[in-house]
Amino acid sequence: MKDLYYDAVVIGGGAAGMAAALEIERGGHGVAIVEREDFLGGILMQCIHAGFGLKVFKEELTGPEFAERFIEAVLQSSIAVYLGTTVTKLVPWTATNGGGDLGREQEKGVSTSPFPRWELFCVSPEVGVFRILTRAVVLAMGCRERNRGNIRIPGSRPAGIYTAGLAQRLVNIEGYIPGRNIVIIGSGDIGLIMARRMSWIGCTVQAVVEIMPYPSGLTRNIVQCLDDFGIPLYLSSQVTNIFGNHRVEGVEVTPMERGVLIREKAFRLSCDTVLLSVGLVPENELSRTAGVELHPSTGGPVVDSRLMTNLPGIFACGNVLHVHDLVDWVTEEASFCGKQVTQWLAGKMVLRQVPCRAGANVRSVTPNKLNVEEDNPLYLRSMIVANETDLEIRLDNRVIKRIQKSHVQPSEMITLSLGKKELEGVREDSVVELALLPHQ
Amino acid sequence: MAPLSLPPGKKTVAQKLLGRLNFTRVWCFRGILKGFIGKGLLGKILGNPLGPNTSFYVENNGVDRMVKTPSPCLNPSAQGTPSYDVVIIGCGVSGANIARRLSAYRLRVAVVEKAADVSFGTSKANSGIIHGGFHHPKKYLKSRLEIQGNWMFDRLHQELGFPFKRCGIIVAALHEDEMKAVEHLYWQGRENGALGLELCSRERLLSLEPQLSPEVVGGLYAPAGGIIEPYRFVFALVESALTNGVHLYTNWKVVDAHWNTEKKEWRLVNQEGGSLSARFVVNAAGLYADEVSRLFGAEEYIITPRKGEYFLLDRLTPVRPERVVFPVPSALSKGMLVIPTVEGTVLVGPTADPALSKEDVATTAEHLDIILEAGKRLVPGLNRNDVITTFAGLRPVLGEDFYIEPSTKVPSLIHVAGIQSPGLTASPAIGEYVKDLLKAAGLELTEKPDWNPCLPPRPQARNLSPYEWDDLVQNDPAWGHLVCRCETVTEAEIVEAIRQGHTTLDGIKYFTRAQMGRCQGAFCTYKIIKILMRETGMSYEEITKHGETSQILRGAL
Repeated sequence: MKDLYYDAVVIGGGAAGMAAALEIERGGHGVAIVEREDFLGGILMQCIHAGFGLKVFKEELTGPEFAERFIEAVLQSSIAVYLGTTVTKLVPWTATNGGGDLGREQEKGVSTSPFPRWELFCVSPEVGVFRILTRAVVLAMGCRERNRGNIRIPGSRPAGIYTAGLAQRLVNIEGYIPGRNIVIIGSGDIGLIMARRMSWIGCTVQAVVEIMPYPSGLTRNIVQCLDDFGIPLYLSSQVTNIFGNHRVEGVEVTPMERGVLIREKAFRLSCDTVLLSVGLVPENELSRTAGVELHPSTGGPVVDSRLMTNLPGIFACGNVLHVHDLVDWVTEEASFCGKQVTQWLAGKMVLRQVPCRAGANVRSVTPNKLNVEEDNPLYLRSMIVANETDLEIRLDNRVIKRIQKSHVQPSEMITLSLGKKELEGVREDSVVELALLPHQ
Repeated sequence: MAPLSLPPGKKTVAQKLLGRLNFTRVWCFRGILKGFIGKGLLGKILGNPLGPNTSFYVENNGVDRMVKTPSPCLNPSAQGTPSYDVVIIGCGVSGANIARRLSAYRLRVAVVEKAADVSFGTSKANSGIIHGGFHHPKKYLKSRLEIQGNWMFDRLHQELGFPFKRCGIIVAALHEDEMKAVEHLYWQGRENGALGLELCSRERLLSLEPQLSPEVVGGLYAPAGGIIEPYRFVFALVESALTNGVHLYTNWKVVDAHWNTEKKEWRLVNQEGGSLSARFVVNAAGLYADEVSRLFGAEEYIITPRKGEYFLLDRLTPVRPERVVFPVPSALSKGMLVIPTVEGTVLVGPTADPALSKEDVATTAEHLDIILEAGKRLVPGLNRNDVITTFAGLRPVLGEDFYIEPSTKVPSLIHVAGIQSPGLTASPAIGEYVKDLLKAAGLELTEKPDWNPCLPPRPQARNLSPYEWDDLVQNDPAWGHLVCRCETVTEAEIVEAIRQGHTTLDGIKYFTRAQMGRCQGAFCTYKIIKILMRETGMSYEEITKHGETSQILRGAL
């Protein structure tokens, strides 16, 4: 078994991983990307529709085009790329010369040791099982789709039930049509994109069924992918049964009123395929087994202002941290993360941090701590659909900033920045709280 | 293999990556070298003539495989009407055990299965428990076979290597009144001959299983109880039978049977008109044993399907118990249990409700809620968010006891029917029992001197140390290609499943566990389809979930 050493290792070669690795390399450190697929770019490579890069490149690109710009940059750089390589285990480095320092550094909260602190077990067909020793790890594994079991749709278990992402992979990359007559459960963005994609290749999309009273995808996707193709969207409705023994034969849709199923109004739709687009979950199994603490509302790691997890030297960015709606935000967050890794490797400390949490009508805020000395990019998700709303930022119940929002909804992430100026007067036990309140 | 993994129009990057193919070996070395020297002086001196980055691009894992066909005993091409000494109808856990037992003798034995793969009926969806021998009174045949079967598992496990663990069974009483019933189970088990049974105080029970509800008042502990993966058990039995010369015909549904009084043999006809002849027939058709019996003009009985629904929880759930936890049983069933599966996940269930038909394995919203509540009463920490899938199986119910007897109406037919719980536990003993019945009916049994009871060890990536795993990759790169990330299954294991004749997605799932984890196949289904097409030459239209009309794909672009 071989051992390798890098200053930092990025797990995942998608948008987040590449952006973070580029930033670390720019900071002058040796960095490797470990990617389990045989190509860089991650899930962007199967998103052949346009709509990427409006914020980062100020132009509309397809997923592969967006990815290619980063792939080019990575190939030009000195970043080591391990393709077709899966990380199977992430554990603290236990060699005798490194173990002793870990506790001391943890107290100081900085990286001064030149010794590695983490080891990653990797496997690839070409090299076999090998180990990478490193000082810093960036988690950038992205997310996975929730499936039928997660939302417990009752009924039989025939062929023809796929997640929207699997269907997208089959159509866009493998060149197969998973089904001809389709019902889509959930109005997540991938589901909406697939409604249009399947219509384009001549399939019938019967309906999109959404349990909430509002769509869970971006508004622009509702218009461009459903309205333009005349695909009905059933809001406040649930698929309550799936029929068929061998291949899907139909589904039962039951409307809801005030959150209660109205059984009498249930109806049946015939179809041969069910696609699920019922949300994404950050893929944190590797982090969980390593001992990374996860946040209950995002499903991603709890991170401080540097996007570092509770384990020193392990950072997280992109969809593994919290699910983003646009790749542009992923890129921005990952570049920020890369800069923080560089500073951590250089031994720079963060002196004062203040906890930051979700208040009224806010589902989640990332990161969970703010740096009092610097500008902090913040990402938050609303729990409500509302117009004319104020985003209120309070420091110990004192409003330090108020931003007016003309419209908020859970599917559209809110971004903002909080700097040194706003965070003046932070005490030892201060807390920053973000809330969405009706406009005053 | 074409570079399918890159979308159209993205050839620039693709070509760059492909261009590096020829240098893969060089790159490996370079990667290692680079790893050690990092950005140091040596790196600057050596430079890098091929660009600064390291890529391992692996196409078809760099190996051209030799196409190896599955065992010649699987679906042997038959002309005319092959004749056998014994034909077993149905390849579930009973049929497989009987076939393997008979494979030890100089006999021509065949098993016919109507589904596309073995173990696709009742044997695939059950609790996977090796019972402790205390649930049923001694007067029943099933009680005796359960005890005997339980004892046989250690040896079978050594010979066949399927996953098996004697983790022990706990029956937890949540109320003082229930302790009476527990005591009854204890004495019943003692009378049956179950080994090691203990009546437990609350303290003893909680020390045996700390995840139990603090409300537990006491219970029973059966250390001989265990867990297995039922389908892997059947696969191993079938593989062992096939290596010892038993023939297996899948997609072979018996639609007609005639007794030839002259030759004293049965002639069985399948749905396509193919036929086999047999001196003896064993009816181990599970849910359909009544219909098979009717085809033979034998005893009239009715098998009622009784449904059991289950929840499966992810292996990372924090409340995985160490032992199987039963509630105190009711008259109808053993109740809903919490089972730590032998592969590390947690199973909660089953319900016991009449099914609409013998094909009805649909789950229902109401029952799923009931299961979780029942499970939580025993192990309060169970969490809805850890659920990765739900499924249902059917019990073939026929009265209180197993029905394992020679037909009294027609010659040379043995019924093995009504094998519901504890059928899995009893199945090895059923094999012995049926062998004895056949002998009594006139089948001459001569032992084969070259009978091989053992299967070669079959490594699984998730159970290997990094060093063992590395050795395997050095011999076959397919061991380094991780196909299923949730359950750690490599391409080599998928290929092995296909070579063992499992050519449906469900068959591969049961053999390898790929698609069985938390993503339920969202990331690996297309990879498995590609490997399946490469290894077998099947077209995309022939890829099914579980045979028949369960096609996965409906067209190509």
